[in-house]
Amino acid sequence: MTLFAADELVVNFGGIRAVDGVSFQVEAGQVFTIIGPNGAGKTTIFNLISRIYDPTSGRLLFRDEDITRVPPHEIARRGIARTFQNIELFEHATVLQNLLLGRHAHAQRRFAQELLFLPAVRARERAHREAAEKVIDFLDLQAYRDSFVVNLPYGVRKVVEMGRALCTEPALLLLDEPSSGLSVEETADMAFWIQDIRTLLGITVLMVEHDMSLVSAVSDRVLALNYGRVLASGSARDVQEHPEVIKAYLGG
Amino acid sequence: MRFAFKTAYEHDLGLFRDPVQRAWYAALLAGVILVPLAVPAYLSDISLVFIYGLCGLSLMVLAGYTGLVSLGHAAFLGIGAYAHVYFAQDLGLPWIVAVALASVLAAASGVLVGLPALRMTGVYLTIATLAFALIIQEVFTRWDHVTHGLKGRPVDKPVIFGVSFASDWAFYFLCLAVLIAALWLTANLLRSPTGRAWVAIRDSEIAAQSMGVHLARYKTLAFAYSAGLMGAAGALFSHKIGFLAPDIFTVLLSIQFLLMVVVGGLGSLHGALYGAVFVALLPVLISEARDLVPAWAGHAAAVLGKSVGDAVYLSLDRFVKQPGLEPGIFGLILVLFILFEPLGIYGRWRKIWLYFSTFPLYKAATFRRQKTYMRSERLR
Amino acid sequence: MLGAFVCYMFVIWYGLGYWVAFALAVGIVALFGAVLDASVLRRVIGQPQFAVVMLTIGLGAIFRSFASIVWGSEIYSLPTPFSARTTRVGGVTVSHEYVAIIVGTVLLCALLYAFFTYSRVGVAMQAASQNQLAAYYMGIPVKRMFSLIWAISAGVAAIAGVLLAPVSLIDINLGFIGLKAFAAAVLGGFGSIPGALVGGITIGLIELFSGAYLPLGVKDVAAYVVLLLVLAIRPQGMFGTVGRKKV
Repeated sequence: MTLFAADELVVNFGGIRAVDGVSFQVEAGQVFTIIGPNGAGKTTIFNLISRIYDPTSGRLLFRDEDITRVPPHEIARRGIARTFQNIELFEHATVLQNLLLGRHAHAQRRFAQELLFLPAVRARERAHREAAEKVIDFLDLQAYRDSFVVNLPYGVRKVVEMGRALCTEPALLLLDEPSSGLSVEETADMAFWIQDIRTLLGITVLMVEHDMSLVSAVSDRVLALNYGRVLASGSARDVQEHPEVIKAYLGG
Repeated sequence: MRFAFKTAYEHDLGLFRDPVQRAWYAALLAGVILVPLAVPAYLSDISLVFIYGLCGLSLMVLAGYTGLVSLGHAAFLGIGAYAHVYFAQDLGLPWIVAVALASVLAAASGVLVGLPALRMTGVYLTIATLAFALIIQEVFTRWDHVTHGLKGRPVDKPVIFGVSFASDWAFYFLCLAVLIAALWLTANLLRSPTGRAWVAIRDSEIAAQSMGVHLARYKTLAFAYSAGLMGAAGALFSHKIGFLAPDIFTVLLSIQFLLMVVVGGLGSLHGALYGAVFVALLPVLISEARDLVPAWAGHAAAVLGKSVGDAVYLSLDRFVKQPGLEPGIFGLILVLFILFEPLGIYGRWRKIWLYFSTFPLYKAATFRRQKTYMRSERLR
Repeated sequence: MLGAFVCYMFVIWYGLGYWVAFALAVGIVALFGAVLDASVLRRVIGQPQFAVVMLTIGLGAIFRSFASIVWGSEIYSLPTPFSARTTRVGGVTVSHEYVAIIVGTVLLCALLYAFFTYSRVGVAMQAASQNQLAAYYMGIPVKRMFSLIWAISAGVAAIAGVLLAPVSLIDINLGFIGLKAFAAAVLGGFGSIPGALVGGITIGLIELFSGAYLPLGVKDVAAYVVLLLVLAIRPQGMFGTVGRKKV
């Protein structure tokens, strides 16, 4: 079942065509990776899906619904979560508060009830806390639960950001360069987590990645972009052996 | 060092960290209730501290927790004050209804300011609120029917359900009750999704949006709630000062409120209260200093000879008796705190507490702020 | 405000000529701006934006206080070579003071634009304002750049103050006219110098007409109402661009 489809996306920034007629489909339960040199339009596509940018033309379909013009805060409610290339965590809050914020898409917002902190609100808070704790267990973040993000090292922050996205209980998880800045050991952990996310949690993963070993290890399908256009699409090995991809990106 | 051993999520959901902290706050409450027995002469001044506490709370929610710095909060105070007096005295509505309506009216005007605020950040928002404050001040001056313009209007003492609250101690408890209620409501909000959404907006708007936080809704809510609290404070303020005039609600008052939250410590409820105490004490301190500083300096300089001592005394005396010195002192304190103690009084208290509780393992770097050097990172 | 007061001081208290006093006032205030940056503002580089905002609010209060202590809190007027001189142009009486303001403003804008676009220092300043660490690596003395920027900024403000002094009279709240200038910049659109000029003229016209046709008091706040309306409806103004953070 096609969970997500991009249909002839075009994005113009002034005179620059960042994305030029890109189309692809992501099947449910897949790990779908987008690779390509810097400036190929990969993060731009992510920003389109998160609705930070508007496409000049083209459509985005999620669960067969057109989400091309949906407001940005609606995306989380519909089941799409993302991480950011340059970590966008809430610096002056604890890890737990960051994760609880990931639950916001599922939070019922009743201002009057919250004002008085009625038992119903208390029960909901407890449920959110339990959901966040499940993610903490999954990612082994227990030691950092009450630390302020501003004090944490880079590798931990990347994991927290993924945890925050997982708290949204998404159907589609967008990971923007999950292994950038991570050591070899941390990248191996990341590979295991991505596989667990797909297998145990049943979440479809769409990711942008430069680390080819990680790409080969976890991806079901790979899409190669260059200058905003699709170069090749297929299994990880097929794409990595494609002559045009080698010429434009992989080299040698 | 006391470790809280938590056995259920309830411990994190509650307002207090553990029973010991609750006991401390209960003792504080008992102390505050018993104050009228100890110092009956100062009750009126302490009531002002409570009202300032309400104002500080309001601005703390907006500036400290949501990150929207407002230079126009005196306008909301004025709207609350004038509206309350109009509803209570001109229309004869019951006191509680008048306060509630004044609060709602202030909240509505908060929404009005919030609308342009949705599109701006940082300095531009502050300037827009300043513009709003100047507009409202003009409205106060011109709308004779309601505000009696520049003539000003006197305010009667509060009468609730037929009981007169004119006496100092009755008014003291009234202000205390309102402050505690506001603290409770705000603390409730801050531990719910709304409070978390506000903090998210302060730290990273884009990430907040991608987590499903509707920016416009929560920013407007922050403005409305903050202005509503200010409106209630305005009603009490009108009774305290007894006479309303447009030139009370100036930019200088807004700067004093800003001073309150910065000096107290941004991002904490305690900070609002510390700041309120500080700002309420400041005029007293300044007037005392006005008398004492020239005298001391004169005595110190008298070591060099009587004429030198006299000259120093006279010149300093003339200097400090100048009008227009007060705003300068406010500004100076604001600048000094931002430069040297950005976490405010509450931050300093936490550092001291941490020092003693982790002695001798205290690390000065615990509170050192991380600096961001890329402009795009400072742009929220 | 400081520029206007210093110029006034040189002309009235020390009896110097207008142009000499003008130049001295601008120079002194520019120097003061640089010193302020080196001593105070440098410490808050890297802190979140509202720290800087509140710092400048505090500094503003200090300066107003300082001005009222040194020069007194009454209203003063500054005699200039253009005062009370008029010319008839095609049936309209034009006051020299206003012409001086217009000519001075246009000259200043052109100079600033050329400086920032074409000179090496100007480009270096833009670089330093966008990414300080990278600017350091490129050999730009960032701290000196910032002091220079503050000096220029203070100097320009001083020029504005001296130009404005004969028209609106000098008092400690002279600086608040900057708020109306902000309204003009917002209306014209941020990032657009011609936009700011157009915005300024538009605000002036709006004030004039609201003074003539609308109830008393609206004229004083017309600029602020326009500011709020523009920000609510079309924040980029007439010609401006809106920046946003790239993620």
